[in-house]
Amino acid sequence: MSIKKKNEIIHDHNSDGIDRRGFLGCMAWAGTGALCVMNGGVLKSFSLCGSSKLDPKVAAGEFSFVQISDSHMGFNKPANADVAATLQAAVDKINALPVAPEFILHTGDITHLSKPEQFDTVSQILTGAKPKDVFYVPGEHDVLNDDGQQFLERYGKATRGAGWHSFDKSGVHFIALVNVLNLKAGGLGTLGQQQLDWLAADVKHLKHSTPVVVFAHIPLWSVYPQWGWGTDDSAQALALLKKFGSVTVLNGHIHQTMQKVEGNVTFHTACSTAFPQPAPGAADSPGPMKVPADKLRSVLGITDVNFVQGRHALAIVDSTLA
Amino acid sequence: MIRKFAGLRIRCFTVMFGLLLFGGFFTQSPIRAQQSTAAATVTIDNFSFAPATLTVSPGTTVAWTNRDDIPHTVVSTDDPKAFKSKVLDTDEKFSFTFTKPGTFSYFCSVHPKMTGTVIVR
Repeated sequence: MSIKKKNEIIHDHNSDGIDRRGFLGCMAWAGTGALCVMNGGVLKSFSLCGSSKLDPKVAAGEFSFVQISDSHMGFNKPANADVAATLQAAVDKINALPVAPEFILHTGDITHLSKPEQFDTVSQILTGAKPKDVFYVPGEHDVLNDDGQQFLERYGKATRGAGWHSFDKSGVHFIALVNVLNLKAGGLGTLGQQQLDWLAADVKHLKHSTPVVVFAHIPLWSVYPQWGWGTDDSAQALALLKKFGSVTVLNGHIHQTMQKVEGNVTFHTACSTAFPQPAPGAADSPGPMKVPADKLRSVLGITDVNFVQGRHALAIVDSTLA
Repeated sequence: MIRKFAGLRIRCFTVMFGLLLFGGFFTQSPIRAQQSTAAATVTIDNFSFAPATLTVSPGTTVAWTNRDDIPHTVVSTDDPKAFKSKVLDTDEKFSFTFTKPGTFSYFCSVHPKMTGTVIVR
């Protein structure tokens, strides 16, 4: 990997010689979003914060999309008294990209309290983004009190069950999963058998070479179960994706970037656009982390993922806003 | 105490009276407890219920208060659910009166790692 720019650290994982893996890049800090670029089989990610300086040829890839997460509209505590402003800042970053992404993925906790006006505000702000298509999965904050009925009414027209669905873009198969409903006491996120059955049928006829991107709110890998940062039946979902050469899993929920590669699967969590949360175990609880007001946006950043033509290794980019 | 009322000729009455006193002994205690500890509180802080296990007498009203910056719920794990709060934002409260003895487990349906128990006896 030879692209090295200010605020980016590029790790090249050539030694494993595995060409099935996508690439995942991400910022070390809380982020405003992630730009994901697919190009010829290598998935690459960039920080949205430094992205306007990116080489348009690199940023373009074959196609790109942006992940944003955890906008928590309605949150007004000291960790961030104006989450609308920081969501708007994320939209500004998206609009400043040299090549407009095709669409936006929102990986949940759209709102803080599932209130209609909070959903409305997010929709209104995202209307200002150049990409017009936004694909949502619910976070636990979006399904309070009504088991997700309002979420389904707003975003679930073309979905099944609690909002799970799939779609294809430029040869990449995207799968939206819902793991924030019917949670059991003492447990983690839950997909449930009905959704797993649907997933099995959804991927059954896909070619093994099809790149797959899965997005869901709660991480589909065990980040820190003590804080509920994992999904009880995620292993069953991942088993259904074993046949694919390249699987990228995008999650939110933990308000910080984190990544892991396991076999053919690259896991990534995005930052919140609202407030950061502590690193696993670094505090008494996963509650909102307060940083000085002038530091708030500096703990926001991004991750981009890109398939780079001709490359046969996973590359990871960490970008900071400093 | 009973015996001073007891006579050979009114043994039947004595036994009945004794049963009344005996029964009264057992019903009296919880009633007194209800009057003195009719309210109990659980604080939600740092993604946990404190105290995690609370023992109260029948008739006690337990009030949960959310002190976190993040919303939580208080939901019975029984089927059907013995109680279920709406989502509690910061400083909001939920109360439930436990009329029957038993062990009542509950959790936060938003953050299911948060669990608690109310023992009523």
